[in-house]
Amino acid sequence: MNYNADEKGYYGEFGGAFIPEMLYPNVEELRANYLKIMYEDSFQKEFNQLLKDYVGRPSPLYFAKRLSEKHGCKIYLKREDLNHTGAHKVNNTIGQILMAQKLGKTRIIAETGAGQHGVATATVCALMGLKCIVYMGEIDIARQAPNVARMKMLGAEVRPAKSGSRTLKDATNEAIRDWINNPVDTHYIIGSAIGPHPYPDMVTRFQSVISEEIKWQLKEKEGRENPDYVVACIGGGSNAAGTYYHFLHEPEVGIIAVEAAGKGVNSGESAATSALGKVGVIHGCKTMLMQTPDGQITEPYSISAGLDYPGVGPMHSHLFKTGRAEFYSATDDEAMAAGLELTQLEGIIPAIETGHAFAIFAHKKFKKDDVVVISLSGRGDKDLNTYIDYFKLA
Amino acid sequence: MSNRIKSKLQEDKKLLSIYFTAGYPSLYDTVQIIQDLEKNGVDMIEIGLPFSDPLADGPTIQESSTHALKNGMTTELLFDQLKAIRKSVSIPLIIMGYFNPMLQYGVEAFCKKCHEIGIDGLIMPDLPLDVYQSDYEAIFKKYGLLNIFLITPQTSDQRIHQIDKASDGFIYMVSSASVTGSKSGFGQEQENYFERIAAMNLKNTQIVGFGIKDAETFKQATKTAKGAIIGSAFIKHLTANGITKIADFINKIR
Repeated sequence: MNYNADEKGYYGEFGGAFIPEMLYPNVEELRANYLKIMYEDSFQKEFNQLLKDYVGRPSPLYFAKRLSEKHGCKIYLKREDLNHTGAHKVNNTIGQILMAQKLGKTRIIAETGAGQHGVATATVCALMGLKCIVYMGEIDIARQAPNVARMKMLGAEVRPAKSGSRTLKDATNEAIRDWINNPVDTHYIIGSAIGPHPYPDMVTRFQSVISEEIKWQLKEKEGRENPDYVVACIGGGSNAAGTYYHFLHEPEVGIIAVEAAGKGVNSGESAATSALGKVGVIHGCKTMLMQTPDGQITEPYSISAGLDYPGVGPMHSHLFKTGRAEFYSATDDEAMAAGLELTQLEGIIPAIETGHAFAIFAHKKFKKDDVVVISLSGRGDKDLNTYIDYFKLA
Repeated sequence: MSNRIKSKLQEDKKLLSIYFTAGYPSLYDTVQIIQDLEKNGVDMIEIGLPFSDPLADGPTIQESSTHALKNGMTTELLFDQLKAIRKSVSIPLIIMGYFNPMLQYGVEAFCKKCHEIGIDGLIMPDLPLDVYQSDYEAIFKKYGLLNIFLITPQTSDQRIHQIDKASDGFIYMVSSASVTGSKSGFGQEQENYFERIAAMNLKNTQIVGFGIKDAETFKQATKTAKGAIIGSAFIKHLTANGITKIADFINKIR
């Protein structure tokens, strides 16, 4: 079984490029060039140099001793939270800004949910001196105020998405409309492993540095490259895609995805796509999608803005459908409790998105010798207000 | 029977086509709007099947879609409303929507229903040419439905020829790089584009859409093209005036 994208961007039945003709020239330009550009020596050299000197890679693979004792297995944390800007998102924005420059684009747009991708995009635009516009749902602007301020300080314009659920889905709609209106000078930096081909594959390849590093780091620590499990939270699925990538075709590695169940999978306020979704078309790809029987896209809910999305990337739909990955979902309460536990056992405050990955221990029991690598995809600074409200810390 | 769109394209006149969102302003306005448009001399109608996430549409059509969905419009209900439409209306009718609702209904079931009602064509902006050709063309043809493709000022000549070859009926020529309802008036850039396309001598005629809102833009758009489509401006008219004064709007166009 192949778990990567084929030539047309399909992962099994999922993926493809379901785009209006207005987007065709841009997407086609990218499709025809992305692999060639990405694997040029000069591109690789510049990309890797920036990941090292600017982002601070490799990110550590940290053995979490107290958390391991608590849950009775060997837990390693892949510290994407220590990257510059505080999450894995920057791996992809560094890659895509270089890609945009190679394609001669001068104006960058992006969508953001939690604001992490928006900040990572605004950061690389400041670095390269490119104009940056970030679309963000009105509701997310309110609940992720520190990241909005960071983007503005970095020189980006933050435009509120006021339609629909006013969250990530709608920010993505607005970014796509912007691209339709600005077809010549603009590159759209999609932050997740979603969108029309080649985006899911391109984002996955840029993020694959995560699993590439895990392999040699684990070899140093455990004497073997392959863990028993890799665990990541999934909204659209970019940190998960990067964490899984080099293990997809290693059958002894169990792949675990944790989605956001919100107030409960069947509460009507959830973002657990694998449990609630059906095959559909959203934002240019065919994938698992939360929708009404009539094909209208449902407004999702999660306490974490980054997971508040009604679909998952096509690669993940394929991993779900084929059974290659185990899918779980964690409620708001479980994710918050897991985040607090990580904070108090290891002294690491995770992003609430990331807290969902740590909630795996409420759902799955591991064996004593199991080596479990969890993607610690982002830090929790941006979520402090939500933590304060939730745990009544003030 | 020959397709109504094809017969209409043979007429020696510039065609006025109107888009409206089904279920807007009120859930059961659909049939009345269609009948009034025909009565007032409109040549062709695009019935918008509302979608929650209309990527290619500007704020006006987005809002009308959201409104229509809130009113309770569904694919099934639209088909039900239209089931007797051919008893009173003879101009070509096209359903314009996004692919996901069609996919959920079942592409074949959707096409079959359209055929039974007397729909002549479909415009699905996010159903791309290659997927249509590999998966759905045979089904569209079986039910006598023309699939209308879009081109834009950025579409390459090579791609235009490809689309022309795949099209049967007319090509929907998007006037400028934009979502619906966002440009005001046409400039030199559009003129050049209209002339460039006219000079290509395509097998299919073109009908221009996006940015047409009044007599002047209609005239500009149809200088070289066979016709023009008005959407957002008509929806704005419905929002402001309800459905009783459709004649006022149409009479101002030509």
